[in-house]
Amino acid sequence: MALRDIILYPDNRLKTACEAVDSFNAELRDFVNDLLDTCASGPGAVGIAAPQVGVLQRICIVDATRARKPVPNHGKLILVNPEITAWDGFAVGREGCLSVPDYTGNVVRAEKIRLSAYDLDGNALSFEMEGYEARIAQHEIDHLDGILFLDRLISRGADLFQRKPAKSKAAE
Amino acid sequence: MKTPHWKLLTLVGPDRPGIVAAVSRVLLGAGAELGEASMMRLGGLFTIMLMVGIDGDGVHLKGLLESVRNEFKLRVHVDELNAGLHRRIDPDARVTVYGADRVGIVAEVTDALAQAGLSITDLRSDVAGSEDKPIYIMNIEGVAQQGLPPLEQALARLSSDIRVTIAPIELMRG
Ligand SMILES: [Zn+2]
Repeated sequence: MALRDIILYPDNRLKTACEAVDSFNAELRDFVNDLLDTCASGPGAVGIAAPQVGVLQRICIVDATRARKPVPNHGKLILVNPEITAWDGFAVGREGCLSVPDYTGNVVRAEKIRLSAYDLDGNALSFEMEGYEARIAQHEIDHLDGILFLDRLISRGADLFQRKPAKSKAAE
Repeated sequence: MKTPHWKLLTLVGPDRPGIVAAVSRVLLGAGAELGEASMMRLGGLFTIMLMVGIDGDGVHLKGLLESVRNEFKLRVHVDELNAGLHRRIDPDARVTVYGADRVGIVAEVTDALAQAGLSITDLRSDVAGSEDKPIYIMNIEGVAQQGLPPLEQALARLSSDIRVTIAPIELMRG
């Protein structure tokens, strides 16, 4: 097990678009193992992207199994060269980032997405994601494009447009 | 870098362009560090609550601001802080409230929330609608110290003219 140091904004590597992975080899496998360990050790982290440990390649982890409350998910996902191909709906949610300690803010994300990627052997994958898992994927893929959640913050006032009221009183 | 002595500076005055810039420039000139802040226009006044890291006492800080205070007709108040930056608490519940504006709506809602264990971290409220038919809108974030169910129960008992929505804030960190 090898933990990598998480780099923090304002490190410029976090604002850099990453290169696609072109060889699915042992080196990639070793790096992803480190990335998984680093994600698992991050406080409350449900995902991580390679640039957060200074590797400017299109690789990320999306792990909605680590959500505080159970949510629909596809397990612990290793995504190589992920691409979002469809977006549907929108939702406001609270995000934080391992690379931006001590801050959380509200961000609008698509409620549902379709995503394609490759696994460690170069096999094509595709997923339909919703809610929390879709939010993680959008946050991590943003990292691969050099975009931070700080670039997408919305004001508190927008809370009224929240997705689905959990409990609504006097809805008659 | 040594740790500055943090204070909470409160400034209130008529809303005029340039207040924030003028205050910031004075504090910068005095070598102060600026921290977390909340600033907004309320009822034609501009209100500033700002954490300022600066050596010396509150009298010293007020002295620095004397010319800005005069220029912008500000009222100045300083509180000493024991804590510094990075003491934010992540809220885990969001409550939105709206209804026809009437006497007692805020007290009724916040009483119910407090008794059900909500520790408020942020509250914004607005009076909207037309002048003869005002509506009251409140956006609250807080920590549900006993979880959401007691809050849901408490809100369900509110007067029927108050619309309340409560939802968890699920933080996503990645
Ligand atoms: Zn992040």
